[in-house]
Amino acid sequence: MTPPAPAAAAAPPVLRTPEVADVTPDLRERLQAIWETAPGVRGWLGSVDHKAIGIRYMVTAWVLLALGGVEALVMRLQLAGPDLTLLSPEQYNQLFSTHGMTMIFLYASPILSGFSNYLWPLLLGSRDMAFPRLNALSYWIYLASALFLYGGVLVGAAPNDGWFNYPPYAERAYNPGINQDVYALGMILLGISTSVGAANFIVTLFKTRAPGMSINRVPIIVWGTTTASFANLLFVPAVSLAFFLLWMDRQFGTQFFKPAAGGQPLLWQHLFWMFGHPWVYAIVLPAMGMVSDGLPVFCRRPLVGYAAVALGTVSTMMLGFGVWVHHMFATGLPGLSLSFFSSASILITVPSAIAVFAWIATIWLGRPVITTAFLFFASMILLFVIGGVSGFMTASVPVDWQLTDTYWVVAHLHYVLIGINVFPVVGATYMWFPKFTGRLMDERLGRWNFWTMFIGFNLGFLPMHLIGLWGMPRRIYTYPASMGVGVLNMVTTIGSFLFAIGILLFFWNVLKSRRSGAVAGPNPWDAYSLEWSVSSPPPPYNFAVIPTIASRHPLWEDRLQESDERSNLDQGLLLDHGKETLATTPLDAEPDRILRMPGDTMLPFFLAVALTILFTGLLLHNWWVAALGALLGAFDLIGWFWPRRKLFEREPAHG
Amino acid sequence: MSHPLGYLSGSGAASATVTPLLWFTLIVSIAVSVIIGVLVVWGVLKRRVARTESGGLPDLAIAHAEGGVRWIWIGVAISMVPLLATLVWTVAVLAETGPLPKNPPLTIDIAARRWWWDVGYGSGLQGQAFRTANEIHIPVGVPVLLRLASRDVIHSFWVPKLGGKMDVIPGQTNLAWIEAKTPGRFVGQCAEFCGFQHAHMALEVVAEPPAQFEAWRRAQLGDAPAATSPEGQRGLAVAEARCARCHAIRGTPVRGGAAPDLTHLMSRQTIGAGTLPNNPGALSGWIENPQAVKPGVLMPNQALSGQQLADLRAYLERLK
Repeated sequence: MTPPAPAAAAAPPVLRTPEVADVTPDLRERLQAIWETAPGVRGWLGSVDHKAIGIRYMVTAWVLLALGGVEALVMRLQLAGPDLTLLSPEQYNQLFSTHGMTMIFLYASPILSGFSNYLWPLLLGSRDMAFPRLNALSYWIYLASALFLYGGVLVGAAPNDGWFNYPPYAERAYNPGINQDVYALGMILLGISTSVGAANFIVTLFKTRAPGMSINRVPIIVWGTTTASFANLLFVPAVSLAFFLLWMDRQFGTQFFKPAAGGQPLLWQHLFWMFGHPWVYAIVLPAMGMVSDGLPVFCRRPLVGYAAVALGTVSTMMLGFGVWVHHMFATGLPGLSLSFFSSASILITVPSAIAVFAWIATIWLGRPVITTAFLFFASMILLFVIGGVSGFMTASVPVDWQLTDTYWVVAHLHYVLIGINVFPVVGATYMWFPKFTGRLMDERLGRWNFWTMFIGFNLGFLPMHLIGLWGMPRRIYTYPASMGVGVLNMVTTIGSFLFAIGILLFFWNVLKSRRSGAVAGPNPWDAYSLEWSVSSPPPPYNFAVIPTIASRHPLWEDRLQESDERSNLDQGLLLDHGKETLATTPLDAEPDRILRMPGDTMLPFFLAVALTILFTGLLLHNWWVAALGALLGAFDLIGWFWPRRKLFEREPAHG
Repeated sequence: MSHPLGYLSGSGAASATVTPLLWFTLIVSIAVSVIIGVLVVWGVLKRRVARTESGGLPDLAIAHAEGGVRWIWIGVAISMVPLLATLVWTVAVLAETGPLPKNPPLTIDIAARRWWWDVGYGSGLQGQAFRTANEIHIPVGVPVLLRLASRDVIHSFWVPKLGGKMDVIPGQTNLAWIEAKTPGRFVGQCAEFCGFQHAHMALEVVAEPPAQFEAWRRAQLGDAPAATSPEGQRGLAVAEARCARCHAIRGTPVRGGAAPDLTHLMSRQTIGAGTLPNNPGALSGWIENPQAVKPGVLMPNQALSGQQLADLRAYLERLK
């Protein structure tokens, strides 16, 4: 082999020990030039900045939340009284299925990915996620799958068998349209996004924390997202496989779920819920982390029981892997196996109880300052408990034989998803909006926002428990007056409209405060974690020098006086030879090596486009289009993996 | 207001053991929610501090308060008590209600169809077999074994006042049992989403004293009464021409197997799986335009002339 070409001499030396330096305006200027995203469409489509990607995730998820909300309101109009005929049965079936798909897959998880994407490197003292291009890919594929699935909705081919889509009704014999094919392929596409995103979070946690931020010093939201990411990596394949087998059944006459030829409908249910239950934890654990990290800021003291809460987060998921059969108690499985799953489902309450009592103790032992964010976080504790105990009841097999598939379950899952996801997310927006935009959200409007959402939600969904106990089955497009649930359904409809007004107030506050909110400064809440040490919004490079961390509360150390050690935020490793950040060891976060970060590139965007072409070809049975998509994707990947000297972290071996 | 599908109280043998457990878990749940709610609100009100006039945060000492972790252990320890009680009680109830009755005096075959219930009695017994639809008669005070099968999609058999659900899954026969402690009519409904008319897939269990049940059973065993009047005979001819592909009327050439057996149609209280009351007016409307009443139902609209409809109705009305 020839020695490296002279041109390569311009590339930074591969092995070096960075010096420790102070932050200077000159340094900031240089870093700005290195990290800034170019203006224009190229920069916009090519940005790999985790902050830009995070915001995109959030905005997209909120748009989908609004769409799913409108779907819900239309359904609530249909159900406002007995025997109404606003919707045809098929319209209703497509609406409730699309609503579930939207909220569970396209809102609840991506919104948390948005927050985590934005916050993680800032929380961890790093400059970007471990794999910035993969991060961009994860977003673009999420957007592509949302457009793909909603493309189906627009042409009247929305899913129509509920979000958990049981065959044989999902099979072609009963469902001849392309509805199920759109859903199956769209979900496989979304699964790619979720999987690469999860891998990115895991590596980011273990490799890119600032020196000194040992694993027991990361914020709880990091524990939550990491746990969720492990679950996603392990179990998204199960659901992708299930949807792939369904698609094969429908398109190529395989018999996986068709009983007539020896297929097994219950196989679907196992594959789906093996994924589906961990998924429920995946879309609440990071949000619980927001509360665990947010409450202490407003209660002016550290979280009570950090270690217990962190371990509770992980053990929730461990137990959560073994409870999926509680969605299948009425399928005729043997009593002994039901007992095991029943016990596990009852015991999973314990780690949740740990979190609840940690939050309550944090309030009681702190001095709460009542802000809008605090109201959302504190009220979440109550909503979480209501959603928790109603779930605990379904864990008892004989009780579940009555509760399952009634509005009890509908009430339960909305307390879980709205109570433990939407409320913390809105609270987290009030808390971190100043970091995202440099401006505070309006607190007065915030109170209106909170109370409208809180009252509307409880008015809408608390009576739904009783509707369930009075026996109204879920997923019926209408009900007779003789069922005796007309009045409560009207109350639920009124409550859900009030709740929708609350959500509108929230959107209004976001839009208004973005322009005219009070200027925030770096740390408007006098909070403790690293993201508040940088300007609002943060510079593209996040940290001018890599900080060194000495505790869980770097910005509160002088007041907490836990030890003599201090984090150092003004002085640190100087990494300015191109886009660089620091890799550290997985547990103790000791400096390990310099990471060369890729620049902005449109390759992730084009790969998402190529995959969309591929999946559209598969949907339309147009193999030429599919082949074109595959080919474009392959070319894109060749470009992606083409060796670049500036990304080398080791001197290539010669000879 | 009455709630025929409500399960906070029941009349079945299973309800007697399950309902107390349901109430126990419900009361525990409400109590826990109230206690936590009080702890949160009380804590916030008691400990809160006012914001400064400028809207900024008050300058507070930030400190570790000792003893916080005790909250967690005490809270979790207290929570374990109802949790373990529920666990033990659950397993006990499961052991009591889970096993099927041995040598049940009556076995009924129920096939869930889109969107009605095909009910078969006396399967395998020479001369004792008959089929009916959507209305299940059982004798009071004895356990009845149900063999649940589906030939299309997944459904779920549920009569809340008598017990919990059992899914009806194609490719497997699930077994369940019901026992009514008191006579009465108990409403049931399909509980697993099964397509367009999942909403209109009701059924009714009629629990009767044994003698009355036996009389009903004997009546159902008989063939359809012969058509004697001229309009009745014309009506039978219409039925043969228009209904026989799907429906069956025993003792006549009407022998389809895909739709409810009409042999004793007028002994039932509803039509369309609980969609309409079974009276002559509703029956005419249903035959003419089932798609308006139950959109998507597999029965097509019948474009009958007024005379044909009158004849058919005259015939059907005698199928007691």
